[in-house]
Formats: sequence, C-alpha cells, structure tokens
Amino acid sequence: MKILVAVKRVLDYNIKARVKADGSGVDLANQKLSMNPFDEIACEEAVRLKEAGVATEVIAVSCGVAGCQETLRSAMAIGADRGVLVETDAVLEPLAVAKLMQHVAVKEGVRVAIFGKQAIDDDAGQAGQMFGALMGWAQATFASSVKIEGDAAIISREIDGGLETLRMKLPVVITTDLRLNEPRFITLPNIMKAKKKPLEVIKASDLGLDLAPRTTVLRVEEPAGRQAGIRVADVAELVKRLKEEAKVI
Amino acid sequence: MSTLIIAEHDNAALKPATLNAIAAALQIGAPVHVLVAGSGCAAAGQSAAAVAGVAKVLVADAPHYGAQLAENLAALVQQQVRADASCTHVLAAATAQGKNVLPRVAALLDSSQISDVTAVESADTFRRPFYAGNAIARVQSGDRIKVLSIRTTAFDPVAARGGSAVVETVPAGPDLGLTELAGREVVALERPELTAASIIVSGGRGLGSADKFHAVLEPLADKLGAALGASRAAVDAGYAPNDYQVGQTGKIVAPQLYVAVGISGAIQHLAGMKDSKVIVAINKDAEAPIFQVADYGLVGDLFTTVPELVSSL
Ligand SMILES: Cc1cc2nc3c(=O)[nH]c(=O)nc-3n(C[C@H](O)[C@H](O)[C@H](O)COP(=O)(O)OP(=O)(O)OC[C@H]3O[C@@H](n4cnc5c(N)ncnc54)[C@H](O)[C@@H]3O)c2cc1C
Ligand SMILES: Nc1ncnc2c1ncn2[C@@H]1O[C@H](COP(=O)(O)O)[C@@H](O)[C@H]1O
Repeated sequence: MKILVAVKRVLDYNIKARVKADGSGVDLANQKLSMNPFDEIACEEAVRLKEAGVATEVIAVSCGVAGCQETLRSAMAIGADRGVLVETDAVLEPLAVAKLMQHVAVKEGVRVAIFGKQAIDDDAGQAGQMFGALMGWAQATFASSVKIEGDAAIISREIDGGLETLRMKLPVVITTDLRLNEPRFITLPNIMKAKKKPLEVIKASDLGLDLAPRTTVLRVEEPAGRQAGIRVADVAELVKRLKEEAKVI
Repeated sequence: MSTLIIAEHDNAALKPATLNAIAAALQIGAPVHVLVAGSGCAAAGQSAAAVAGVAKVLVADAPHYGAQLAENLAALVQQQVRADASCTHVLAAATAQGKNVLPRVAALLDSSQISDVTAVESADTFRRPFYAGNAIARVQSGDRIKVLSIRTTAFDPVAARGGSAVVETVPAGPDLGLTELAGREVVALERPELTAASIIVSGGRGLGSADKFHAVLEPLADKLGAALGASRAAVDAGYAPNDYQVGQTGKIVAPQLYVAVGISGAIQHLAGMKDSKVIVAINKDAEAPIFQVADYGLVGDLFTTVPELVSSL
C-alpha cells in the first residue's frame, strides 16, 4: 500500500509575519521557510506506518515553486521514499492543491493520503477535505491516533468537547492534529540519504486542470494592534482595577 | 440569492455557534435558510425555526445523519444546493464540526472556501485573518456559490427566539457508507463552554503538572464562573484535555476577561485570544511576550499570586 503525504513550504513558525507596506501581501523575502509543522507530523505518521509494515512506500508531494524541493528533501530525511514536486509559480488555493494531489494520487495508485490539518500561512484548513471530496474517499480530519490493519482504518479524531473514533475502509484521507505524534529529529546521515532519493518534477501547467484562483485578494492589512496595558504592583491592585476600572468582575 | 447555513445541533437543539453563523448570514442580505440534518432531529428543526431572522428551515431526517459524519453531510448539502437555484452562499460556523464538513462541501461544488470570515463587507467581499492573525486579508470571491466558514467570535449571536420560519422536510441523500462512528468520548463540562464563556482562566506550562493545573486554576475559575483553557504546551504535557487548547490551531476565544496564568504568549497562543476585551497576565518573567498584549500584568509566582487572588475575590 502506497501513502501520499502532502507537504507545504511555509514561513517558519517562529517568525512573525510582516505585512508589506503596499498592502499587497506578506513579506517573505529573505525569510526562513520550513515545512508546515502539521505536514511534519503527517510525514512522521506515514513513515511509522511503513516501519510497521503497513505501507510499502511513502511519497511526499509538494505543490509550488522550485524551492519546495527543499521541503521534499526534509520529508525524505524523515523517511519518505521519494518526492514529487508539482511545480508552478502561480498562487494556489487549497482547491487547486486538492486537484493537483488528486492527479498524483490517481497516477500513483495510493490508498492513504495524509495532509496537515492546516497550513500555518494561509490558515485555511481545507486541502485534505477537498481532496477527499474529489476522490470520493472517506475522511478523518484532526487525527490523534491512526491504526491501519489490512483494508480497515480505525482513527481517533479531536472534536469539540473530546474525541471520536471512526471505523473506515481504505482508501482514506487523514489530516493530522498536533497530538498525533512527535516527529523524529532529523539526523545528518538521513539528510545525506535524502539527497540521493528520487525527486520527480511535474509542471502543473501540463496537467490541463483549472487551477485559477477563485478569490481576489484586494488588500492585506495589519491587524488592529493591541496596546500593552499597565503592570500592577500586587493582587490587591489587580482586583481593584478589574472591579473599578475594567468592570469585568 | 439565498444563503444556506449548515446547522450544528445535537438533534434536540441548535448549538450556539450556529447563531453566530446566522448573524453573519444576515449581513449578506439574502434570505437565510438553515439545513438541519440529523436523526430524530425534529426538535432541532423547531429550534432553528424559532431563531430571529431565519426564513426557512430544511430538515433532513435519516439514521445516516445521526453521527454528523462529513461524507454523507457534504453530499446532502451538495444535493440541496443543486435543488435550489437561488442558493448563492453556503455557511457554517468555524467549529471543529464546520471545519470538518465545509471544505468537503466546497470541493463538491467546485468552489473555493473562505475560512474564518471575520467581517462581511458585501455579498462577495469579506475579511479574514491569516498568518496566525498577524495579517488580515480583504478578499473578493468570484465563485458562483460562495462558501464561507464564520469565525464565531467576530459576530454577535442572533436571538434564539422571536423568529417563525417555515419548516420543510427535504429528502435524505444516499448513505455513502464510507465511514462508521465507533465511539465518541465527550467530557461533560461542569463549567461554561470555552468558546461561549465570558470569563476564561487559561493555564500554561508554568503550572508544572496536571495536579497543580487543576489545584491552582479551578478555585479561580469557580470564583469567577469561568471556563478553563490552556496553552498548547500545557495540553501536550497532559495538564489539560486537547480541546482546552486556545490558539491559532486550537480554539479562538474573545471573552470579556481572559486570565493567562504561566503562559509566555507565543504568536500561536496570542492568535487565539488577543481579541479578548480585557487580558490579565500572571507570569514570573517580566519579559514574557504575553505582557505586550495584557491590559493588566502581574509579575510574580503564580503559586502564591493565584491563591491570593482567589481569597481576595
Ligand atoms: C504548528 C504549531 C501550532 C501551535 N498552536 C498553538 C496553539 O494553538 N496554542 C498555543 O498555545 N500554542 C500553540 N503552539 C505552541 C506555541 O508555539 C508555544 O510553544 C506555546 O504556546 C507555549 O506554551 P506556554 O506559554 O504554556 O509555555 P512556555 O512558553 O514554556 O511558557 C511558560 C511560562 O510560564 C512562566 N512560568 C513558569 N513558572 C511560573 C511560575 N511559577 N509563576 C508564574 N509564571 C511561571 C514562564 O515564565 C513562561 O513565560 C503551536 C506551535 C506550533 C509549531
Ligand atoms: N502547496 C501545497 N503543497 C503541498 N501540500 C499542501 C499545499 N497546500 C496545502 N497542502 C496540504 O494541505 C494541508 C492543509 O492546507 P490548507 O488547506 O492550505 O490549510 C497542509 O497541511 C498540507 O498538508
């Protein structure tokens, strides 16, 4: 059984996004770009399924500019067997990503696809579910545990107020939540090994898909800032101010 | 034009988040239709019909909607949109349930989705935060059917009563049989629900253990009638359940008062709470970034200041 893992290159989670002065977007020039943290969790889960003998091959797929090859190398350093870059310089909405992933999934004959629950740049939280819709597959979002045996998957997922467990038949699409696993530390020998793994590049424009954005970004703005308030000297002052000034207790 | 809302409910009544989504829908200006899909959900349908501003309630009652699973629900919404040529917008609250189902609906309709809408400027132009709330985009949708998830904290709920919508039964779609619910563990809360609470007491790694998290914060939450929340670090360390997590990738909250105890104030945490009306931070590190957003900052050891606070309330 082959697994597809969707990996996106995003602004590193340690860096605070800065809005460009002309309101056209967020400034990514000379910033550190890394694999979306939820996609690291997705890679780790896929590789564990391979190590457990459930999966035969893990294929990491990224859609975007040539620089995403770096992200695919990271995925291969975690343990993915090979990488596929669907290359384009165009802006991709999650719907377009889902269509590109569908193309690769069908071509490769994968039975399990693992996405992150959310890309931390666009904060959309869509591509996995959209892929599920296009493929007509069962979906388990926000997964916190994944068990696959033969053709059956048992997946626990985070819901409002607790957890639920789904029983499903492959093929399935899974999206990862934070508590699914803790991705392994990437070692130097594995980085070296990853450099030798196969990485295929497909041109998105050759696939004949409608990838045009449906949404126009009119303007990107800074959020209304919040001013730091005051330091209170002690608990008594805090209580007094909450009662008399803020009137919230 | 009309707007279809995917209701969230427990078959007996609507979940409050749906009232926020309806508020956003009313700003679009088209008649608001609410789809209640469930199993034995007539009562939820009646409660939707009583909501102020709702024009029509569509009830799809079948066993295979009982678990509210995404595959069957999304297919039903697609069927419903196709059956109603006037439908131009499909909305759901950006709760765990809405986030699960709505993108699947969007793809079935070949529409993009606009996630976490915080303002409706016109029928096709909206605002939404991204990059953990560090940027706000004004976006215009060119899709024929616009699919929007609604950030509940950005819209005051409409009144649950006062409306008198027509209730129509609609045919159920097929049971796709893709997924089966094997179990659900939902913790009964003795406290207000996090996203609906007017006061939240939230704890971070500074609490040090699950025992101390509860021993220190519960008395404070009791005194204030508050909900409990947590940072990711506190959840990862097992001090608090998963769904206590406030932040970019957890729950978004905006209570009247948010008390952050032993939380440093990482970007991802701030994304979930910086729209709170009043923020109090208690932290022993005077340089902690949480103080940059706090209205009232108290530098000190939480293990002495929190009990002191409890006894002075
Ligand atoms: C993809 C991704 C998503 C994330 N999503 C979220 C999210 O949704 N929500 C979230 O919260 N985080 C999220 N994070 C994690 C975030 O980056 C931080 O790691 C986390 O918020 C830190 O939690 P904390 O403030 O409790 O812990 P720390 O940063 O360790 O802070 C603990 C604080 O407690 C204080 N303290 C310690 N002892 C005491 C004491 N005795 N008295 C008073 N103060 C004390 C310390 O001074 C310190 O400031 C995410 C990270 C990633 C990568
Ligand atoms: N350009 C992309 N390339 C590869 N995977 C992507 C891309 N965009 C989104 N994804 C996947 O879809 C998930 C959800 O993304 P989003 O819907 O954009 O929040 C991410 O965590 C990735 O797994």
